Amino acid sequence: MKIEDKKRVLREMVLHRRFEERCYQAYIERKIGGFLHLYPGQEACCNGVMEAARPGQDYVITGYRDHVHAIKCGADPKEVMAELYGKETGSSKGRGGSMHIFDAAHHFMGGYALVGGPFPLAAGIAKAIQLKGGDEIAICFLGDAANNQGVFHETLNMAALWKLPVLFVCENNLYGIGTSIERSTAVIHQHKRVAAYNIPSAECDGQDIDIVYQHARTAVDHVRAGNGPYFLELMTYRYRGHSMSDSRGYRSREEEEEWKQRDPIFMLRDRLITADALTLADFEAMEKEIDAYIENEVIKFAEESPEPRVEDLEKYVLADRESQQPWLTGKAA
Amino acid sequence: MAQIMLWEAIQRAHDEEMSRDPLVICMGEDIGVAGGTYKATKGLYEKYGPLRVMDTPISEGGFTGLAIGASFLGVRPIVEIMSVNFAWLAMDQMFNSAAKIRYMSGGQIEAPCVFRSAGGAAHQLGAQHSARMEKVFMGVAGLRVVTPSNPKQAYGLLKSAIRSNDPVFINEHELMYNMKGEVPDSEYFHPLEGSDIARSGTDVTLFGYNISVHWCLKAAEILDKQYGISAEVVDLYSLAPLDRAGIKQSVSKTHRVVIAEEDEAPVGVGSEIIAIINEECFFELDAAPVRVHSALVPQPYNHTLEKAAIPDHEDVVKAVLKLFGKA
Repeated sequence: MKIEDKKRVLREMVLHRRFEERCYQAYIERKIGGFLHLYPGQEACCNGVMEAARPGQDYVITGYRDHVHAIKCGADPKEVMAELYGKETGSSKGRGGSMHIFDAAHHFMGGYALVGGPFPLAAGIAKAIQLKGGDEIAICFLGDAANNQGVFHETLNMAALWKLPVLFVCENNLYGIGTSIERSTAVIHQHKRVAAYNIPSAECDGQDIDIVYQHARTAVDHVRAGNGPYFLELMTYRYRGHSMSDSRGYRSREEEEEWKQRDPIFMLRDRLITADALTLADFEAMEKEIDAYIENEVIKFAEESPEPRVEDLEKYVLADRESQQPWLTGKAA
Repeated sequence: MAQIMLWEAIQRAHDEEMSRDPLVICMGEDIGVAGGTYKATKGLYEKYGPLRVMDTPISEGGFTGLAIGASFLGVRPIVEIMSVNFAWLAMDQMFNSAAKIRYMSGGQIEAPCVFRSAGGAAHQLGAQHSARMEKVFMGVAGLRVVTPSNPKQAYGLLKSAIRSNDPVFINEHELMYNMKGEVPDSEYFHPLEGSDIARSGTDVTLFGYNISVHWCLKAAEILDKQYGISAEVVDLYSLAPLDRAGIKQSVSKTHRVVIAEEDEAPVGVGSEIIAIINEECFFELDAAPVRVHSALVPQPYNHTLEKAAIPDHEDVVKAVLKLFGKA
C-alpha cells in the first residue's frame, strides 16, 4: 500500500472504531435494540482484505458483526446507523437491524445471523459471477466458529469442485460466542481444515494491516485469475464481548490487555508517525473530526429520521404481490 | 393438445425456460448425466451443459444455499431435492435465507429460486422416504408453496414459478410422475395463487391438493352414482397463500366440507382450511367439517400397515356419508 492509501485507511479504521463505540453508547441509552455485535479490535481484517479487492464491485457477504464490512463496501454510515435505530431511512428500511445490514448497490450482500449460513450463499454469488462471465469475486468474511457447521465443508467441496471465484476470509478471534476455540474445535489453525479440499490457504497476523494486505493481495489475485477458491485465516481478537449481553467472564482481563498492545489502529498510526507521514497531533485532530462527524451527521440523521409506517408492515414479504405479475392473478385456463 | 406424462411436462417447462433465458439453471442430485431420478430433467445436460445443469454432491443444505446465493444476482435456479425428506437438511437455507432476504433487506435483494421436491408415500419406502411435509413449508412468510395435481399444472406452475421473483417450493408426488394428462401445445402459465374447481357440485365440497384431488374426484364419482350426492372438488394447487376467497365461495355454495390430505392431521392443511372457514364463513356451515388424513405414525414399511396408515378415496366417501348421516 502507498503511504497516501495508508493514511486514508487509517482514517477509515478510526471511523470504524468510533462508529462502533458510538453504537455501544446508543445501545446503553436504549436507542438501539436487539442484539449488537461490535467490531473493535478486528479492523485490520476487513480493511486489509478490501484494500486488496475492489470495494463496491466485488461482492461481500458476512455474519452478524457486519456494520464495518458494509461501510467499507460503500454503505453510508448514516444509513447504517439509521438501520440500527430501526428507521425507515436505514439501509434495510428498519426491517433488518444490526445483524441484517444490506447495500446491494455497493454489492454488500448482507449480514446474516445464522452462524455459517453465508458460506453456501457466497459460493452461489460466485456461481452467478461465473455464469455471467464478470471478473468480480465473492468475498465471504466469517468467524472461526462458523467452520464447525456442516455447510462449511459442503461449501468448500462445491467451491473447489466447480472452481468458483470465492475468497473465504476467516477472522479467527478465538471465541465462538463465549466458548474458546480450544474448547470447541479440534484444530485451532483453521486453514489446515481446508487442505482436505485442495483449496490453497494461508494464515497470518490479523492485527497488522500491512501483513493482512500482503496476504490478501495473493488471495484476491488467485481468485480473480480464475484459479478457484482461496481461504485466508486472520488471527485477531474482538475487544468487546460476542454481543452486548456478554460480560466476558470466559476470558481474563490480562489476555485482553495483551491483545490491546497490538491494536491495529495504533500500530498503523505509529508506523506512519515513524515514517514522518503523520504527527500525533494530526491523529488526534482526525479523531476529533471523526467524532464530530459521527455526532453531528450520523447520529443526527438516525435520530431525526422517521419510523417505518405500521401500514407498511407487510411490504417486502413477497415481490410478486407488489408487481402484480400476470401469472399470479390470472385465471387458470 | 397433447397427452403427456407429468415428468415430461416438468421437463418441457425446464427446457422452454432454459432455452429462453441463459440465467435459468437447474441443479440437484443425479439430474444431469443420470437424467434425473424421475426423468424430470432428461436430456437437459446434453443440451445445456454442466455449467447450467449441475449434478450436485449429496449436500442438500449446501447446494440449496448455493442456489439461493446465485439467485441474489438474478440467476433463476431450479433446485431438485430428490426426496422431500431430504429437504429438512435444506430448510435452514430455504427459510432463513430465501424466504426472509427480501424483507430483511428492505426490498433490496430477491431470491427468485424454485425448489422442486418429491414427497408422499409411494411403495414401502419406509419412515425416512415417505414424508409429506407441505404443512412445514406453508407456514413460512416469504415462501410460495404450490403443488400440482396433473401434468398441465405441473407444466404451468413450474413455468410461473421460474418467472416469479419470489422463492417457490413445488411439492410433487412420487407416485404421480407417470400420470398422463393434457397439456396445451402453446406456452401456458398457471397462476401461482388461487384454486381450481376440478368438479362442480352442490351438496358438499371436497378440498384436495396434489394426489388427494384424485381421491376426491373418484369419491365424487361414487357419491354421485351410488348415493345421489353431488360433490364439488376444489383443487388447492396453491398452499401458500391459500385461496381464502375460493374456499369461502365453495363452502357458501355447498355448506358441507370434507378435506382430504395425505399428511398427518396436526397443524396441517386441513386445520388451516377449517380455521379459514371459521374466519370467513362459519355461519354457512350446516355440519362440522371433517378431515381425512393419514395416521400419526412414522410411515411403516409393511405393506398392509402402510396401506392402513394412508387414506384413499374410500375414506373420503365414508367421511361424506358420515356427514350426511348415512354411515
